[in-house]
Amino acid sequence: MTGKDVLIALESRFGPDIGPRQTVRDGTPTLWVARSALHQVLRHLKDERDPPYRMLYDLTAIDDRMRRQPPDGPARDFTIVYHLLSLQGAEQIRLKVALSGDSPSLPTVTDIWPAADWYEREAWDMFGIRFDGHRHLRRILLPPTWEGHPLRKDYPARATEKGCFTLSEAKEDAEQEALRFHPEEWGMARQSESSDFMFLNLGPNHPSVHGVFRVVLQLEGENVVDAVPDIGYHHRGAEKMGERQSWHTYIPYTDRVDYLGGVNNNFPYVMAVEALAGIAVPERAQVIRVMLAELFRIASHLVFYGTMAQDVGALSPVFYMFSDRERVFEIIEAICGARMHPGWFRIGGVAQDLPAGWDKMVKEFVQYLPPRMDEYDDLVMNNRLFKMRTKGVGAYDLDTAIEWGATGPSLRACGLAWDMRKQRPYSRYEAFEFDIPVGCRGDCYDRTAVRVEEIRQSLRIIGQCLAGMPEGPYKSDHPLATPPDKARTMHDIETLIDHFLNVSWGPVIPPGEAAICVEATKGLNSYYLTSDGGTMSYRTRIRTPSFPHLQMIPLICRGRLLPDLIAVLGSIDFVMADVDR
Amino acid sequence: MMGLAKVFGILLVLVILAALLTWVERRLLGLWQDRYGPNRVGPAGLLQVVADMIKILFKEDWVPPFSDRLGFILAPAIVMASLLVAFAAIPITPDIDIWPMNGIGLLFILAMISLSVYSTVLGGWASNNKYSLVGALRAVAQMLSYEVFLGLSLLGVVLQAQSFDLRQIVAAQAGLWFVVPQFLGFVVFMTAGIAAIHRLPFDLPEAESELTAGFHTEYSSMKFGIFFIGEYVGIVLVSAMLATLFFGGWLGPVLPPLLWFLTKTGAFIAFFILLRAALPRPRYDQLMAFGWKLLLPLALLNLMVTAAILLAT
Repeated sequence: MTGKDVLIALESRFGPDIGPRQTVRDGTPTLWVARSALHQVLRHLKDERDPPYRMLYDLTAIDDRMRRQPPDGPARDFTIVYHLLSLQGAEQIRLKVALSGDSPSLPTVTDIWPAADWYEREAWDMFGIRFDGHRHLRRILLPPTWEGHPLRKDYPARATEKGCFTLSEAKEDAEQEALRFHPEEWGMARQSESSDFMFLNLGPNHPSVHGVFRVVLQLEGENVVDAVPDIGYHHRGAEKMGERQSWHTYIPYTDRVDYLGGVNNNFPYVMAVEALAGIAVPERAQVIRVMLAELFRIASHLVFYGTMAQDVGALSPVFYMFSDRERVFEIIEAICGARMHPGWFRIGGVAQDLPAGWDKMVKEFVQYLPPRMDEYDDLVMNNRLFKMRTKGVGAYDLDTAIEWGATGPSLRACGLAWDMRKQRPYSRYEAFEFDIPVGCRGDCYDRTAVRVEEIRQSLRIIGQCLAGMPEGPYKSDHPLATPPDKARTMHDIETLIDHFLNVSWGPVIPPGEAAICVEATKGLNSYYLTSDGGTMSYRTRIRTPSFPHLQMIPLICRGRLLPDLIAVLGSIDFVMADVDR
Repeated sequence: MMGLAKVFGILLVLVILAALLTWVERRLLGLWQDRYGPNRVGPAGLLQVVADMIKILFKEDWVPPFSDRLGFILAPAIVMASLLVAFAAIPITPDIDIWPMNGIGLLFILAMISLSVYSTVLGGWASNNKYSLVGALRAVAQMLSYEVFLGLSLLGVVLQAQSFDLRQIVAAQAGLWFVVPQFLGFVVFMTAGIAAIHRLPFDLPEAESELTAGFHTEYSSMKFGIFFIGEYVGIVLVSAMLATLFFGGWLGPVLPPLLWFLTKTGAFIAFFILLRAALPRPRYDQLMAFGWKLLLPLALLNLMVTAAILLAT
């Protein structure tokens, strides 16, 4: 069933409730739905359609009030966008609902997908859109005392537009008091029949929460009765920044989203811009991108491997793995000149060609790591204590994973061999041979094992890049590629004009929208870009894998012990910047 | 006067050794973890200990206003005092010891080790901090369970040597070290010993990845320093006991007795550090199950078999 068939089927079934189709640049079937029919349509797509769209991949909003020309579709002030994903194949569908007025509202879909909980809270926080029937519609990324909804277009993007900031002692106290946890607000009891519960504030500064993440635990002894994750301490407004940076200068910002994933953040962003601009990327650039993405996957998984071992109390592995990661960084440094945040991808290709001698470094590394990985298996994966701590801990089944929007290794650990690189290959992944490691129990051990095996598969891919690196340009000669080609500027006036405009303004990307999704280190990462024909993005939506993964924490920790929670946190492999953006 | 000099002499050396152990541990961990460890201050980084001590002494000695002041201050003193006093009963060589306590040395040491848990409990309780409280709870449970076979595992040795006197136990090993006939007892005692001084993999009361620093989360300055040194005194104590009870104490050919004692004790210290470098931490319920379901039966089995054989011969 192609995307068009889905639209036809929906239109014939729901008739007048289905609005116009929309043409987008990424080819995802996109459809407007009447607010009143939203529930029925979503239910239908999730439960009745064959194959069903089982995952709520993303839910976000757009403030349409300041477009430079009237957008496609019905007249509106705000748009709510639902991205659904079918895991039989990689079919996506995008549904949009038009909203009007200054305080718009629509019914919640948390009754269809529990994963919608945090997404709807985020849309409320950022856009002030109310979701009727949501159980805890409160701010999620910003502090409870915040005023205004920052992703609205009339909200200032720069601190200098907001007047002087002062923090009096009284205000400081009030802010702190606002962070106090009140169990009653979350429907939690303070005591059971037999005992008083202890409410333990784990984080935002705690050695095992991997950054600034707070989770409030309702404990009975060491048993976790319930947990409430609190995120937002790492929120930097990455999406808002996208609306103020040129299409080109935003690239380095993406590096900082999943700061362990490096170019895996550049990847979906530049591909989305390329889809909007219609740029074809040369083969060599594609393979260079794949190679760097896999190197970063190894670097990120090594950090995970070491810290996971450390979270269950093993002191040493993290040192070995960090020094191996250092070797990855040496290669990345030789190619990009930077280590964790190379900002190396460009619209239309990569920043520079590979340096002389890159192949020798990569070859050495590809030979060096496999025996080390075998040693680490003995040290960690085959260690009986490690197995005791991780097997059967934090387990969830495949249905739960899909229901809650888990992707990447967290999904594959449940037994589904679903990897975007195979399902919908991008950047020539179809030309590489590699396997998709899967687990079966979906517990902490399997999540670790899947990632460990992925390191080996990434090495295979890198080996193939090494053997078959195509010749040719490393960047497209399309006029919108950045920075534009300079060689011929002094020879013909067209190139000179393109170059001048592209460098001084940055590229002007034609109106439209595109969302591109890649298999990043921690799961599916996508950038959903909307252009209104300017030098800056009209709306940049970053869908990160860690966000829905953290939402699952209470679900998988209830009834377990405190140390299990730490093992679960380690096994999720999240980065707070990736959650909060 | 001589006696007093001996007491302070030995204890001073012990405390200094314990402080030096912080350096040894960091260097050994560095060696095993492919890195250097402290190597900047003084020759091979030896003066790092001095630097740390100066730093820790000059830190603000803070007692949290929400804590129970008396218990908070008492806690670090208890661990240091009880473990140092326990050391008094250890015969280092035939000539060097503080107070051999004829006949009851072993019982005295076990009693003192048991007392030392009050420090953890009191510290965790008096801190009035949730992490400390959980750490203290774990310490109680762990100590209650592991103390049972800490003593039981040694009864085989006592039976064979026919004495609680440490000198006589060492003397009884002149032919064969007890580690051979009492191997089960040795394994159980070592495990329980590590649990008693809560070193990794049994460091659940402080489990830094779970409880930040567990029972001593609120401690700073020299009070923290005393907990820290106390832990190392504990390592030395358990290592010295292992050497004395199972490896013939000062006995050994050629080398002087003192050197033998130090070598054996040092080897166990290094082994404890290696354990820390090599193993993850079990969960609290797994630790309990391991103790009650495996170590206790083993200790009892060892005791009965030893008794049976002794009765038969």
